[in-house]
Amino acid sequence: MSAQSNWLRPLALLLALAVIPVVFATGFQLFQLTMVAIYALSVLGKNLVSGYGGQVSLGQGAFFAVGAYTAAVLMDQYDWPYWATLPVAAITSGLVGLMLGLPALRLGGLYLALVTFALAISVPQLLKYKAFEAWTGGVQGIVINKPEPPFDLPLSADQWTYLFTLAVVAVFFFLARNLIDSRIGRSLKAIRDHALAAEAMGIELARYKTLVFGVGALFTGIGGALSAFAVAFVSPDSFSLALSLTLFVGMVIGGAATIQGAVYGAVFIVFAPNVSEAIFKGAPGAVYGIILILFMFFAPGGFASLVRRFGAKYLRRAKPA
Amino acid sequence: MANTGNTTGPLLRVSDVVMRFGGIIALNGVSFDVERGQICGLIGPNGSGKTTMFNCISGIYRHSRGDIVFEGQSLNGVPRHRMAGIGLGRTFQNVALFNTMSVRDNMLVGAHHRGNSGFFANALRLAAARRDEQEAVEGIDELLDLLDLRAVADVPAGGLPFGTRKRIELARALMGRPKLLLLDEPAGGLNHGEVGELGDLFRRVRDHFNLSILLVEHHMALVMSVSEKVVALEFGMKIAEGTPEQVRNEPEVIRAYLGDTADAHAA
Ligand SMILES: Nc1ncnc2c1ncn2[C@@H]1O[C@H](COP(=O)(O)OP(=O)(O)O)[C@@H](O)[C@H]1O
Ligand SMILES: [Mg+2]
Repeated sequence: MSAQSNWLRPLALLLALAVIPVVFATGFQLFQLTMVAIYALSVLGKNLVSGYGGQVSLGQGAFFAVGAYTAAVLMDQYDWPYWATLPVAAITSGLVGLMLGLPALRLGGLYLALVTFALAISVPQLLKYKAFEAWTGGVQGIVINKPEPPFDLPLSADQWTYLFTLAVVAVFFFLARNLIDSRIGRSLKAIRDHALAAEAMGIELARYKTLVFGVGALFTGIGGALSAFAVAFVSPDSFSLALSLTLFVGMVIGGAATIQGAVYGAVFIVFAPNVSEAIFKGAPGAVYGIILILFMFFAPGGFASLVRRFGAKYLRRAKPA
Repeated sequence: MANTGNTTGPLLRVSDVVMRFGGIIALNGVSFDVERGQICGLIGPNGSGKTTMFNCISGIYRHSRGDIVFEGQSLNGVPRHRMAGIGLGRTFQNVALFNTMSVRDNMLVGAHHRGNSGFFANALRLAAARRDEQEAVEGIDELLDLLDLRAVADVPAGGLPFGTRKRIELARALMGRPKLLLLDEPAGGLNHGEVGELGDLFRRVRDHFNLSILLVEHHMALVMSVSEKVVALEFGMKIAEGTPEQVRNEPEVIRAYLGDTADAHAA
């Protein structure tokens, strides 16, 4: 494959993803697609920690919350423009991730699961806590303004939010791809596959395990900040344990340790509840559960493995021609 | 390849190393040297402490007494992830590959310590990251050919046959350009033909990469034919050291290896 076609395909895809929805989708559909992009980035963050890094994290939603609240508080209290809050949201969520990464070194799988679980359940409580109410708005949360298109572009707020989100998410997918295809990505996978051998090859386990926690938190935190813009509102109850579990489900359904799997997982996160409800209004939760089980049964490697399998079949057929 | 550090004296000096596991004394005051360019065999019955010796050298176990000196520098207390950079490469008795990763990626991990670019540089593909990547792949094709791995280069290591996995481990260790290669039972589980080729391979590897080999092996014919020096252990103690010829004729060694049958005959 030439260097040119390496670039061309993702660029064409990105362009199509930008233009087609803006031209054809309704405001609500655009909002849904915006949420798909946001969840894709957030699941990708989870995937870096758990899928590639092999570390249990039940609290990925907490980083999402940190990113979202950082953005919302800066906009609400200090009148920052939305875009300027992104670097700060990246830093705060990344730092919280690093701090959590430190115990991750000492704790084995089950204990790490407990610590991250504790984080996930304590974050909504902290956000409601009286002493922080001046910033967080307590149970009420914070209402913020939807991003407005700059330079008098002839776009609606929904269209602009979608494009802005898509651009940010695309950049982070690009960075993640670079990271995974490098000595860093190989080291993470090596640690996951065989820590002792990885160490004998010169990989400093502590360093990589901590840093990947920080980087994964940063990715998910950016997702959280973008979600604050898109929803124009943050509240403690949007960031409950359910969010962490949703990101976990997204990772597994999409395909752990694959980059495009994060997108499939995000599509599932956004649309599966609607589909479940359409199938059986009485108990959408049960339908959702059945879909999950069916998925694990027919595609244990996640949706990405299905795509790979059928893709390979198609390529084999196409090649001899 | 230029050897940095102390160039006089032995490459590896093990002196009076003691390793205990609870009540078990796995190594009881073992001493020996490995010279530059030497292939040194380490033999002994099962449970005599050979793997434990390897793990002490590579820092996986911490011996309670004695010293292990590599190029004049003590390895006591050196963190495990520094060993590769110092020049120690190794394979594992039970084959420790990165199973989900391709053979090529396994080998590239072997080159890890030769780079130093971090998360940031690699996410942004900065010059430092590109340079590391270029240097890592250097020599990989040659090794793929030398160890007959080219056909499986892009296949995940997990599903490959045992003999191939052993060669991948060797290739991965060589990617780190070690000065001393620790091989733990490289012939274990291989068929007769495969074992026959190993001695030749080890000598070629030693000459081509200008390194020394410390070889733990059960396969006597292989050890005796390839080693310039042999150290024999029994119950954690050194019972013989010398040329293959000397060690083979050492009464202690004969007793350790043939003891059971000799006793059976005497009874
Ligand atoms: N991690 C360990 N914990 C307890 N005992 C061990 C451990 N590793 C090795 N040993 C003991 O040390 C002795 C030497 O074992 P080992 O070095 O594996 O022998 P060899 O490689 O020569 O077959 C054995 O008695 C073994 O049971
Ligand atoms: Mg052994």
